[in-house]
Amino acid sequence: MITHPAIAETVMASLVPAYSQTLPQGADYVRILPEIVLSIFGMIVMLLEPLLDEKTGQKILGVIALVGALAGIGATWFMAQAPGLAFWNMVQVDGFSVFFHFLIIAITGVVILSSYEYMAVQRIRAGEYYALALFGAVGMVLMSSAVELVLIFIALEISSIASYVLTGFRRHAATSAEASLKYFLLGSFATAFFLYGVAMMFGATGSTNIDQIGGALQMGRIPLLAFVAVAFMFVGLGFKVAAAPFHIWTPDVYEGAPAPIVGLMSTAPKAAAFAVLLRIVFVINVPGTIWLIWVAAALSMTLGNVGALVQNNVKRLLAYSSIAHAGYVLVAFAAAPVLGSSAAMFYLASYAAMNLGAFAVVSHFANAGERYVTLEDYEGLGRSSPLLAATLTIFLLSLIGIPMTGGFFAKFYVFSAAVKANLIWLTIIGVLNSGVGAYYYLRVIVVMYMRESRKEVPVSRVPAALGLALISCIAATIFLGVFPDRVLQYAQNSARQMVGQSRAETPPTAPISALHNSP
Amino acid sequence: MSTDNLSSIILTLVTLTPLAGALLLMLFPRRDRDIRVFALVISLLTFILSLHLPVYFHRAQTGFQFEIDRQWVSRPNIHYHMGVDGISLWLVVLTTFLTPLCVLISWKSVHDRVKEFFILLLIMETALIGVFTSLDLFLFYFFWEATLIPMALLIGIFGHERKVYAAVKFFMYTMIGSVFMLAAILWLYAHTGSFDFVVIREQIMSGAVPNFAAAGQWLFLGFFLAFAVKVPLFPFHTWLPDAHVEAPTAGSVLLAGVLLKMGTYGLLRFNLGLFPEQSRYNAPWVMTLALIGIIYGALVAMVQPNMKKLIAYSSVSHLGFVVLGIFSFTQAGLNGAMFVMLAHGISTGGLFMLAGIMHERRHTYEISEFGGLASPMPVYAASYLVIVLASAGLPLLNGFIGEFLVLSGAFQARPIFGILAATGVIWSSIYLLWMYQRVFYGKVTHAVNNSLDDLSGFEKWAVWPCAAAALVMGVAPILWLAAIDPAVQTALTPLARIASRVVGQ
Repeated sequence: MITHPAIAETVMASLVPAYSQTLPQGADYVRILPEIVLSIFGMIVMLLEPLLDEKTGQKILGVIALVGALAGIGATWFMAQAPGLAFWNMVQVDGFSVFFHFLIIAITGVVILSSYEYMAVQRIRAGEYYALALFGAVGMVLMSSAVELVLIFIALEISSIASYVLTGFRRHAATSAEASLKYFLLGSFATAFFLYGVAMMFGATGSTNIDQIGGALQMGRIPLLAFVAVAFMFVGLGFKVAAAPFHIWTPDVYEGAPAPIVGLMSTAPKAAAFAVLLRIVFVINVPGTIWLIWVAAALSMTLGNVGALVQNNVKRLLAYSSIAHAGYVLVAFAAAPVLGSSAAMFYLASYAAMNLGAFAVVSHFANAGERYVTLEDYEGLGRSSPLLAATLTIFLLSLIGIPMTGGFFAKFYVFSAAVKANLIWLTIIGVLNSGVGAYYYLRVIVVMYMRESRKEVPVSRVPAALGLALISCIAATIFLGVFPDRVLQYAQNSARQMVGQSRAETPPTAPISALHNSP
Repeated sequence: MSTDNLSSIILTLVTLTPLAGALLLMLFPRRDRDIRVFALVISLLTFILSLHLPVYFHRAQTGFQFEIDRQWVSRPNIHYHMGVDGISLWLVVLTTFLTPLCVLISWKSVHDRVKEFFILLLIMETALIGVFTSLDLFLFYFFWEATLIPMALLIGIFGHERKVYAAVKFFMYTMIGSVFMLAAILWLYAHTGSFDFVVIREQIMSGAVPNFAAAGQWLFLGFFLAFAVKVPLFPFHTWLPDAHVEAPTAGSVLLAGVLLKMGTYGLLRFNLGLFPEQSRYNAPWVMTLALIGIIYGALVAMVQPNMKKLIAYSSVSHLGFVVLGIFSFTQAGLNGAMFVMLAHGISTGGLFMLAGIMHERRHTYEISEFGGLASPMPVYAASYLVIVLASAGLPLLNGFIGEFLVLSGAFQARPIFGILAATGVIWSSIYLLWMYQRVFYGKVTHAVNNSLDDLSGFEKWAVWPCAAAALVMGVAPILWLAAIDPAVQTALTPLARIASRVVGQ
């Protein structure tokens, strides 16, 4: 089967242009401009750090890192003007990758903003921290635009290594070291799975280019190896997005890692891994993947929500909630390509806004050494600092999925895509779960507003940078909740583009495409 | 011309004025008096604006009026589509009528976090009006869910001893009930491409919806569960007594007066409107549940030692009448159901205010703590009597008309249900009058009750409009029924068609 002549042809086709066009053109560099810009700023931060003393360094490096993120967004705009393939079909700039570039860099920017205060309070050396945040972003944005499995793997490693180190940044806390080691060991194991899957996919189809794999698989019978390969890749990515049953690491790591980094980890790498998964699921399009996803989605939603019910530590609670939210996103993956991927994209964007916001509040409130992170500490917050409590309430309501917030439309689109694909049972599991989920978010709100505080918890003033971060998160949450149209339109157009490219190569009679086409 | 322009935006104005008021209130300094006055002004303004609806409503005309239909989100196809017919018209006015009274009754009784209280109350009003005016299923669900948060917070922050438990129970019950409705709405959207109530109804009636025959029953149940929890119908009612007992007075008034009607309104509008065939099929057991609710609610109310709990269970009983009337599928039954909804809103709203007034003075709702109150508080006792009699269904007061119509409708449909439900009227006069006797008649049993103050100015202004409305509705029900009747007739047409088809076979 592997020596199928058609496949051999595809292999040749994939190799020929790589050698005929030896030097990358100017346009190729434009198509990775954000990656270049972020790397340069990361290096500037690293080089400057030893030259500055700790006090002034923190401020200046933070500003440079923020400028880097803003420049990255600007570079994304330039990149968006030059859609197409780059570097011998390894990188693809389309609406889809632009969307994720923008999302991931924006997340990084907000995290940098909300870290200023945290750095000072926790006495963390800022240079490496900001540099790693930027380098991590490079890996993640590259994941979203790479269409070559090996490049995806490299990008995945870039982002993972950065986050392993960032997890361990609270050096004096044992939990942080534990989290970092745990994350590193399990993470390496998971990426090995991914790499193994890539190797098998190459064995099955003779290519590591996603579009070509999709084309090759639709030409004839699908080799058994391809199924196994997709399953292995799913394991690797499932770990990164904290989907059950690969979620065990999440609560411990989230509890130990610095709070702003948890905000980052629970949004940006997830978005990147989901972007890869979207391409794998909808472009490679191996039939049967839907069942893998079905099970993972149902498990993630249920285990995440049930786990969160009994948590007393707010960081752990949000960790379990992030498992549940990964489940909701996966529901969209089981739906029809265009509706499903646009719903997933919208979900990731609004989840990023609300979860980042929630973690920003948590990290401000935690104080030096992250002392105040249990529910008891939040008692009476509604009275002692009403503004902060109201802010957190908005994010929690959005996580529940209450109207006027992004979380509402996000859930709505996901479930409506699922119903459209006739996944009634998965939808029912999902909506029931969102009912259960309401309970533990509500518990936090109840504690803040309806209980009187029993101990003295100092709440410092919100500094300007954090305020700006919070305001942008609130604005994004409300904006997505009231005017979801533009973002959704954009997501739908780019999803159509992404899916359409593979469809164009699909023979109209192929049974595989019929399985995923919307009715 | 100017009324035409106003007619197209009046629903938006009525719906959003309280929200705008709430947003302005957020900017207010914490001077409690100003906040109260402002909330009163806003709620009165909303009431006056809402009076435009019955004044300019064309009673002979069927279909929706004051419609506005703008696209909100293009894909999925969500519209800002609002409109009222004779059914929703009065529920909107009921909401706007009760809210200023809630502001008045809370004038003195809320002293802590006054600003938050009135902000929540006004947000609540917007959400409630939105539920009744939305004609887009998405918009409807949006407002439906939006009522949850302010109400849960009102109970949880401003309630009594077990407030947190009650708030969470209320929230979880209704939230889990309504997610099934969301699933059903999504199914309808997936198969019709529209959220618009009118469009979906036409498609279902013309049989253009694929797979509807198989899914219809499930869709009916999805909507039904959400509404049954809200009503609350018999096995889903356990959240109600807790929520009522713990809620602050204004919360109870809105909860009983308007929130419960969201459930019965939903049954009437969506279950009957979209799934007439399934409604007919399911009617026997729904009517049975309603009947159990009527009798069970009344019996449990009778033995309550707590005044507020008694009123809460009486709501279970009264709302049973509404559901019975709706599922009798008769003109009289539906007219009666609508009228009971309005009458119950007024009279039970009044009862909760009166109970709250007593709680203010004695900090208890236990009936045994009172006795002989008629002599220290004559005005209070007289007002209480009017409202109690209205609730018990005395002729010439509003409770009678609705219950009579419901019973005659039920009797036409299934005589045995009519007969059994009629006992509910007897039970209700027993528990209400017995309670009245224990609280007001005889000698003052507790010395502390001798020195109780009679109604204050604010309290009179809150309670008397309810008593007046109960009287006017009882004497001249035609003022209300003239608009209700054509709408009910329209709602019944598809059912009649199905019935004739069944007979024809």
